[in-house]
Amino acid sequence: MKVDLRINGANRSAEVEPRKTLLDVLRENFLLNGTHAGCEHGVCGACTVLVDGEPVRSCLMFAVQADGYEITTIEGLAPAPGELSVIQDAFCETHGLQCGYCTPGMILAAHALLQNTLTPTREDIAEAISGNICRCTGYGQIIEAVQFAADRLRVANTPRPAALAEKPVVEAK
Amino acid sequence: MKPAPFDYVRPETLAEACALLAGDEDARVIAGGQTLVPMLAMRLARPAKLIDILRLPELAGIREEDGAVIVGATTRQAQAERDPVIRASVPMLARVLPWVGHPPTRNRGTVGGSIANADPSAEIPLVAVTLGAEILLATPDGPASMPADDFFIGPMLTTIGMGECISAIRFPIWPHKRIGTGFFEISARKSDFAFVAAAAQVALDQEGRCLDVALGVGGVGDRPLRLDVSSLNGSRLDAASISDAVKAASGDLEAMSDLHASAAYRRRVAGVLCIRALEAARDNAAANPKKGAR
Repeated sequence: MKVDLRINGANRSAEVEPRKTLLDVLRENFLLNGTHAGCEHGVCGACTVLVDGEPVRSCLMFAVQADGYEITTIEGLAPAPGELSVIQDAFCETHGLQCGYCTPGMILAAHALLQNTLTPTREDIAEAISGNICRCTGYGQIIEAVQFAADRLRVANTPRPAALAEKPVVEAK
Repeated sequence: MKPAPFDYVRPETLAEACALLAGDEDARVIAGGQTLVPMLAMRLARPAKLIDILRLPELAGIREEDGAVIVGATTRQAQAERDPVIRASVPMLARVLPWVGHPPTRNRGTVGGSIANADPSAEIPLVAVTLGAEILLATPDGPASMPADDFFIGPMLTTIGMGECISAIRFPIWPHKRIGTGFFEISARKSDFAFVAAAAQVALDQEGRCLDVALGVGGVGDRPLRLDVSSLNGSRLDAASISDAVKAASGDLEAMSDLHASAAYRRRVAGVLCIRALEAARDNAAANPKKGAR
């Protein structure tokens, strides 16, 4: 069956069996290996992608069902090749990952949350990532990473106060 | 974990979907797929054909009609959770939806799918039975309907027939002004399958006396059950009368035993959660004098 998908802003087509999940098509047909295959039956959240901006499990969706949606994978978050999104960078800074297997799913879940609010409570963050299993970090640093990213995004577009901007110059003398 | 091969069809109309279903006993309906796809992956289900009803326009949408809210079968659970009509008019449904799966499964999972799946511990069937909702069906002979109480007949078993498809669920709106809801469930982790769940809705008059009450338990028996606590009507829902009514209503409750919880545990927890749900519903109604406010 031919399926036309829109992935990370680009139109992609593939000839696939109906039983092939969106996860497998992303990884095998389009080599978007950032979407991780974990349990393959909807429990772990490693395969999370955004469908029209909302996190869903790509192992619980067949590729033939996914036409007409705007699909975003972890590869679609960075502003430019070799760069990191604010959330990705926050995960690095706060040690929000160890083995990294759950990280793409965690970051996409966090991304969807922070599209809706930049002032999430701890409970909001825990709920947003509740469908994603992490076996390394104990979740503490992941929650910290999302809080840190929210802090940064809150101030991202506000002009810096003059005092703050001048401070490094004073220190440099 | 890869499903066995199947054919995939996406009909344009509900009538076409019903005709396809009626003509092939190995055909199954898929909508959100949040329960079916794991079953396919584990090969517990091997349908020859999947009929995708998710984009059928007849099954979408939430509307108020004749004292009821009609929730289209393919309404996403996440969409229902945010919906202002459901929040205002079917507060019990709004209250339980955050307990259905996780945000990513609610983004795909549908209200109708949860009803069709008939998991005894699922929250949406519990609300349907407790509030006396009606399941609206599309059949080869035209539209039909059935009370939720008659629709669920066992674990993952419903009375739905060959060639039939759930089109919507009709949740009655309570006419009273002061309505409150309470919901509690016990599971190993939040959003796992509930061992026991209890949902209550009460309506109070201006003096705080009970005008109407609905109470249901899920996860205890082989399907969600409504308990008769109508003896509470006219009372002030004080702790003693709630406890007596729950005791009387849940005395002959049939409970399942499995490796997660024994029947004795389920029966005991059900009694406690019923009391808590009724008390929470009473306090919720007392604190929110406006209709359906939460």
